[in-house]
Amino acid sequence: MNALVEVDNLNLHFPIDGGFFKEKLTLRALTDVSFSVEEDETLAIVGESGSGKTTLGYAISGLLSPTSGRIKFGAGLGGHSQESPVQLVFQDPFSALDPRMMVGDIVAEPLRLQGVSRAERLQQADDVLEQVGLPAESARRYPHEFSGGQRQRIAIARALIAKPKLIVADEPLSALDVSIQSQILNLLNKIKRDRTISYLFISHDLGVVHHLADRVIVLYLGRIMEIASRQDLFATPSHPYTQALLESVPRIGRGRRKPGQALKGEIPTPLSPPPGCVFHTRCPRAQEDCRHHVPELLPAPGRPEQLSACHFKD
Amino acid sequence: MSVATPALEVVGAGHVAQPNHPRLLRVSSLSVSFPGAEGRESEVVSELSYEIAQGETLGVVGESGCGKTMTSLAIMGLLPSGAKVSGSIEFDGKDLTAFSPRQWRSHRGREVAMVFQEPMTAMNPVMKVGQQIAEVLVKHERLSRRAAFGRAVELLASVHIPSPERRAQDYPHQLSGGMRQRAMIAMALACRPKLLVADEPTTALDVTVQAQILDLMLELQETYGTAIQFISHNLAVVSEVAHRIMVMYSGRIVEYAPAEDLFSNPLHPYTQGLIRTLPDIAQPMAELYTIPGSVGGKRPSGCRFSNRCPLGDARCREAEPALREVMPRHHVACFKVN
Repeated sequence: MNALVEVDNLNLHFPIDGGFFKEKLTLRALTDVSFSVEEDETLAIVGESGSGKTTLGYAISGLLSPTSGRIKFGAGLGGHSQESPVQLVFQDPFSALDPRMMVGDIVAEPLRLQGVSRAERLQQADDVLEQVGLPAESARRYPHEFSGGQRQRIAIARALIAKPKLIVADEPLSALDVSIQSQILNLLNKIKRDRTISYLFISHDLGVVHHLADRVIVLYLGRIMEIASRQDLFATPSHPYTQALLESVPRIGRGRRKPGQALKGEIPTPLSPPPGCVFHTRCPRAQEDCRHHVPELLPAPGRPEQLSACHFKD
Repeated sequence: MSVATPALEVVGAGHVAQPNHPRLLRVSSLSVSFPGAEGRESEVVSELSYEIAQGETLGVVGESGCGKTMTSLAIMGLLPSGAKVSGSIEFDGKDLTAFSPRQWRSHRGREVAMVFQEPMTAMNPVMKVGQQIAEVLVKHERLSRRAAFGRAVELLASVHIPSPERRAQDYPHQLSGGMRQRAMIAMALACRPKLLVADEPTTALDVTVQAQILDLMLELQETYGTAIQFISHNLAVVSEVAHRIMVMYSGRIVEYAPAEDLFSNPLHPYTQGLIRTLPDIAQPMAELYTIPGSVGGKRPSGCRFSNRCPLGDARCREAEPALREVMPRHHVACFKVN
């Protein structure tokens, strides 16, 4: 496999000006993040609010510049030129589409930036709208005429029209009803079968990630806790945080829950992350060592492909 | 109707709510409609009948626009003005539909309380958390401000908020989402209501925090014997807390059964679809099942699910199937189920 994007020691910090009499703070959104996105793969980023997953998506899309570290694009992806090799799909399809623009113009906007004529643009918009399962004539209508699921299809069509190598999808299903979620999920899988494309799929929903991802990155408080193939992550999670996450996913067929197994506490503030392992404040396995030394991302015992940042990993 | 009337339908063995637990709430033929454009009325809830026993958790599941929130607002007496309500709501032997606004005010908060999805919008942003909880106690229990504030701190401790004395002095925005939801639950339970209506209480929370809040609700139910009407779009979340489950579609109940029966033997095509569309981390599938079409839009004639149903035929488009008991305690509204 060829790396499409290589992220090397990425740090992204935001200075927070607390006011005239307050000290200046730094919000550490991402710390020492390294991974790669391969060609034709779906890489999922999971984590809770405040884990830095959206920031990571923005950094890779070029919407935020790293504080330090590098994001290197592979062959054929010369940074963010007008070719638009990286496209974004957002969570809320209601705010992502300009209500005063016709759907055809919305979808074809990436082509306008490349100087394609309007007739040609609308032609291509029709084609791609059909590919995402929208009725003919959709291009001549306005966003308000469409339901949430259809709007997300429009957003996906807009991402596809520039023939990107990578689509960064930030919680593209969260705003949709469950029966519509599965339709969009199937659409994303179909697109993947029809063309060579990679997804960076950002989600908090492990059920969806399990269904779609080839590999998974688990983020917590701006750091990677674990990187593994989907099979390894769900069958033999190595990091205690991954294990706790999987355990807290509600599941049908277990009957009523037995209280007392939930992970204690909440994610600390990224303004002052805990020293040592950032997870030690909630970790059932935390020892003295965890409070002082940041664990490196290293292979789990006997599983060279599964990396986990824990002093006491499984 | 006396308080001790046993529920018509009993909850399965092995649950918190025992078969002989008395009925707490009975909703019969409840319909809610709003005046629409050109004099037409739009009915958002149609002919709803269900019960909740004391100490029982009823899960209400459905997608946007199915009427689940309107149902809970109806039993809270909080429907928007202009709503037309028919049918009856009987709570602990009292007919709520005959209540005056004043009776509602003394009922809400004391007998029945509500927890909302987003506590940030449900709480007063310019009032300290402890004061907001104390206000309920001053109003309903006639405690002095000082005594009520002391009780509020105890309540915050009972929902496992660390350093409750300090947190009681905080404003809602100073708490995290999970803490706010805990404070909201503490406020709802201040007067030990018999029924707690929880409308998507964990939807805005992360999974690990969601697990904590579900634990908390079960623990408090165990301690106080509170009945819960738990509303969610997420069937998996409901399966973790409910004794019985009611599935709603387009303003109607399509299936109503004990939780284990609903999952082991779902009968309505919509329920079956809902269960099959969920990506399950225990079972990978190449293609997810999808329910064709989408919710909302114009209601079809006959069965409201007929335009999306894989089994729908001419008969389904002509008449609306009634909710009937096809197995003990298992109700379904579908012509295709024998």
